[in-house]
Amino acid sequence: MSGSTFVGMPAFPSPAHPAFPKAAHEAVGNTTLRANLRHATHTIRDKRAKAVAELDDWALLREAGKQIKDHTLRHLDTYLVQLEESVTAAGGIVHWAADADEANRIVTRLVKETGESEVVKVKSMATQEIGLNEALEAEGIHAYETDLAELIVQLGHDRPSHILVPAIHRNRGEIRDIFVKEMGAWGRPAPEGLTDTPAELAEAARLHLREKFLRAKVGISGANFMVAETGTMVVVESEGNGRMCLTLPETLISVVGIEKIVPTWRDLEVFLQTLPRSSTAERMNPYTSMWTGTRDGHDGEGDGPRTFHLVLIDNGRTDTLADEVGRQALRCIRCSACLNVCPVYERAGGHAYGSVYPGPIGAILSPQLRGTGSEIDASLPYASSLCGACYEVCPVAIDIPEVLVHLRERVVQGGPATRQGNKVVLKPAKGHAAERAAMRAARWAFTHPGALGAGQRLASRTRRFHPRTLPGPGRAWSATRDLPAVPAEPFRDWWQRTRGGKDTGK
Amino acid sequence: MRVALFLTCVNDTLYPDTGRAVVKLLTRLGVDVDFPSGQTCCGQAHYNTGYRHEAEPLARKFSDVFGEYEAIVTPSGSCGAMVRELYPRMGERARAEGRGDGLATALAPVVPKTYELTEFLVDVLGVTDVGAYYPHTVTYHPTCHGLRSLGLGDRPYQLLKAVKGLDLKELPGAQECCGFGGTFAVKNSDVSAAMGADKVRNAESTGADVLCAADNSCLMHLGGTMSRLHTAMRPIHIAEILASTEEEPLS
Repeated sequence: MSGSTFVGMPAFPSPAHPAFPKAAHEAVGNTTLRANLRHATHTIRDKRAKAVAELDDWALLREAGKQIKDHTLRHLDTYLVQLEESVTAAGGIVHWAADADEANRIVTRLVKETGESEVVKVKSMATQEIGLNEALEAEGIHAYETDLAELIVQLGHDRPSHILVPAIHRNRGEIRDIFVKEMGAWGRPAPEGLTDTPAELAEAARLHLREKFLRAKVGISGANFMVAETGTMVVVESEGNGRMCLTLPETLISVVGIEKIVPTWRDLEVFLQTLPRSSTAERMNPYTSMWTGTRDGHDGEGDGPRTFHLVLIDNGRTDTLADEVGRQALRCIRCSACLNVCPVYERAGGHAYGSVYPGPIGAILSPQLRGTGSEIDASLPYASSLCGACYEVCPVAIDIPEVLVHLRERVVQGGPATRQGNKVVLKPAKGHAAERAAMRAARWAFTHPGALGAGQRLASRTRRFHPRTLPGPGRAWSATRDLPAVPAEPFRDWWQRTRGGKDTGK
Repeated sequence: MRVALFLTCVNDTLYPDTGRAVVKLLTRLGVDVDFPSGQTCCGQAHYNTGYRHEAEPLARKFSDVFGEYEAIVTPSGSCGAMVRELYPRMGERARAEGRGDGLATALAPVVPKTYELTEFLVDVLGVTDVGAYYPHTVTYHPTCHGLRSLGLGDRPYQLLKAVKGLDLKELPGAQECCGFGGTFAVKNSDVSAAMGADKVRNAESTGADVLCAADNSCLMHLGGTMSRLHTAMRPIHIAEILASTEEEPLS
C-alpha cells in the first residue's frame, strides 16, 4: 500500500486499514497488478495440481496432517512443556511471549545483549506478524531480510502480498528497477548494466546478501515445525539463504507461533510431503534445515549457533484455540495453496487483506488473531464468494468457507468469544443494521408462503415499471450487471392455475 | 415415487421457465412431480451471510413441507448443497450451543433424499439420454456448490452430450467461481464483477451461443454481465435444454 513503512514488514495490527472492498477496489482496476497476479497464481496453481496428482495417497496424507495437527492442538499444553524441556536439554533457552509487544521486547533485549546492531533474517511469517523489524529498527538494530522475495519487498519499501511469494505483485522489470535504485543504500550495490533476466537478478541478490551472511553475528528465524520430543526446529526453504542464516551466526533467535509443534519426528514425514507439493509444487523442497539446541549441546561436535533462543508467541492463538469452529485455522502450515487458487485473491491482491496473512487463510486467521474490532477485520470474513476452492486444496483440510461463515456470524450477531484469554460476549458490529432488518423481514416472509406469494405477484404486476439499473446501494449490483426481468407470473401461480401444466397441456 | 420439486425462491420468483422445464422433463421421464405450495426458501442466503439463527426456522419449514416425500429434486446446486451439507451442520451447531438434538432431528429426514436435478436424473432415474433436442453450441459452467459441495462431477456433461444436435464446447477455467457468491456480489461488487467478466470472456472464447449452468443465481449474475458487455451469448439453465425436444423445442 502506498504511504506505508519501509524497514521491512508492517506492524501486525494496522487499525487504519480500510475495509476489504475499498482496499480491493484499486487493485481490481490495476491492469499490471492483475496481469502479474494472474500469471503467477495460475502457473503455480497448475503445477501444484500436477505435483499432488502424482501421489496416490494424497487424500490419506491430507487426513493424517489434519489429525496430527488436531491431536497436537488438543494437547498443546502438554507438548509445549515437553518442547521447552527438550530445547533446554539441548542447550537452548526458551522464552514465552503472550503478545507481539512482549515478543519484540524479548528479541530486542536478546540482540542487544550480544552487542550487535544488525541481524540477518530467515523468511518468517511470525516475525512479520509481530512487526519485529520495525521494533528492532526503533532500537537502532538493522534487520536484513535474506529471502530473495522478502529482500525485494524490503528494498522496495513495500509490503509482502503473498505468504510464500511476498513479491508476487512485482514483475521482473520492477524488480530490476528496485535493485538498481536501492541496493547501494543497504550494502553492495547492484552490478552495472543489470538486466531483468532471472539469472542476473538472482546473482545480484546473491552478491548483495553474501556480504551480509559473512558479517552477521546474529540470525533471526521462524520455524515451519518444532518437534516436541527432541526440541528440534525445522525450516523448509528453496534458496539456501535460510540455511546460511541458521548456520553462520553465533547467536540464533527463533520466533515461532505455539501452534507449530508436532509431537514426533515421525509426524514430520507427513508434512514434508504435503508442504512442498502444496506450496512450491515441488516433490521436495531444496533445503530442509533442522537444528536441535546449540553446538555445545552436542559436546561441541555439531554445527550451528553457540547460543540458541526460542521465543514462543501466542498473540491470539490461545483465543483462537478456544473457538470450536475457528480453531481449525491453527492447523495451517502456511503453504499458501489457498491463495494460489483463490479467485478473490487473484483479483484483489494480497495488500487488500491488510495483514501479513492474505488470501483465504488470512481472511479467517486475521479476524481471529486480532479480533473483529477493526474495519478491515470485520470485512475479511466477507472477502470470499465461498467457492470452496481453498478447502479443496488445503493440505490440512481447513474448511475455510465454514470458518468464514462462522466469523460472519460473529460480525453480524456478536456472541461468545475469547479475547486475551478471557471469555467475552461480543456486540454485533456496526453497519449491519439495515441488513439485519432485511434478513429478519425475509425470514418472516419465507415462513409465511402467502406473504411471499403476494410479494411475488406484486413484483410481477409492476414489472413494466422496473428499472434495469438501481440507484443508491443497489448500484453495487447494477453498476456492472443488468437486473433480471421479472416474469409475468411466478411459478407458484402458474402451478396453481394449471396444476403443473396438466390443465393446459403446457 | 412421490417426488417433490423444490424450485427455490429465486427460480419461483424470477425463473419460472426453469420450473416449468423441470416439470416437463420429469413428467416426460414418467415421474409424478408435485410442487408443495408451502415451500419458500432453504435459508442459504441467511446462513451464508452470518444469520444462521434466522435460517433455522426456514430449515425447519423446509423439513415440514418436504419431509413426507420420497425424493426432493432441486434445479440448484447451491440450494441442494445447503440442505445436504449445511442442514446437518446447523443441527450440530445448535447441539454445541446447548440447545439439544431438536433441530438436528427435525432436519435429518430431508437431508439424504434431497437431490440436485442432474444427480436425480443420473443416479436415481439412471438416465443420461433424456430424449432432448437442442441444436446449439453450448458451453457448461460447473457452479461451485454443485462442483465442490455436491460433487456433481461429469453428470451434467453426460446429460448434455446425449442431447441431440447439441455441440458441447469445453469452457476454459471451468472450475473457477463466476463471482456471484450470494451477498458477495454486492458486498464485494468490484471483485465479483471482475470475476464475472473473466468468466464471460472465457465462455465467449469457446464460440458457443449458450452458457449453460445448473444454478440460476450464477446465471443471473453472468447473464446480467453478458447483457452489460453486449455479448451475443445467452445464459440458459440446464433443465431448459434437457426439457427441449424436437416436438417442443425451447423457444
